[in-house]
Amino acid sequence: MTTAEKYVTAAYCAVFAIVLLYVLIIALKLQRLEREVETLARAAARERDEDEDREPVQVA
Amino acid sequence: MPRPGPATIAAVGRRYRIPLPALAGVSLALVTGALVLVFFVVPNDLNQGFSQRIFYFHVSIAFTAYACFAAGAWKALVHLWKRDPNADLESYVAIHQGVIFGVLVLVTGSIWAKISWGHWWLWSENQLVLFLVLFLFYAAYFMLRFSVDPGPQRANLCAVYALFGVVLIPVSFLAIRLAQKFIHPVVFTRHGANFGGWMLVAYFVSQAALLSLAYTLYRLELSGKRLDARLRELRRAYA
Repeated sequence: MTTAEKYVTAAYCAVFAIVLLYVLIIALKLQRLEREVETLARAAARERDEDEDREPVQVA
Repeated sequence: MPRPGPATIAAVGRRYRIPLPALAGVSLALVTGALVLVFFVVPNDLNQGFSQRIFYFHVSIAFTAYACFAAGAWKALVHLWKRDPNADLESYVAIHQGVIFGVLVLVTGSIWAKISWGHWWLWSENQLVLFLVLFLFYAAYFMLRFSVDPGPQRANLCAVYALFGVVLIPVSFLAIRLAQKFIHPVVFTRHGANFGGWMLVAYFVSQAALLSLAYTLYRLELSGKRLDARLRELRRAYA
């Protein structure tokens, strides 16, 4: 492998590595958001169950 | 008061005609095609030999970075003009993409400079220094954005800053053409490209690939940011 070939390979690998790192960071962020959605969905379901368990009361 | 609807990727991404997976597929196909052309089809350059192959991605990435900064400035203008609430976030994401592609320009450019000129960086080259100035200007955009509390004031300040930066794009692009003495190669002149055949085809495919990749990443990051914003609303609603 000549010096020029090594440098060209390094340049393309650097592009690939930086894009991959960026995609990885976005993927980790989306995973965190997904966990938060699940937490909120569970909270909403719990709230709905509590509403259903509550007995209706005559107020007037 | 009605509670906000469920925040899902589909809900935040439905404003676009092309679905994100299709866009990602097109980007992957174009990048693969560009790499095949660059490494297996185009001939070696007469002057620079094998090392000239960096050109196809280096120049394409540079134009993509300019396009991202220009898109960021355009969205900033839309924000100031029409007060579109989405435009501020879109401007921020476009500039973020521009800075990432700016890093790639500097990295690939330095490697090419090392092979061709024997130096990683030359301060005497206007094109290099002006691109660095443009890059640092937009890198400072994030310092401004994160030093002001979220709200209309931050959106307005960031929009004005993004608009000022767009002036540097033609200056950076034209620097090489206005310079009297330079060693940075000029491939696009008033008479067209300085190359043809498979080299031109490889360049256009690379340019399409990089623009498509940047747009895919822009859409991906924007979806994440919008989902994050919707989640914040939901958290506030349930608090």
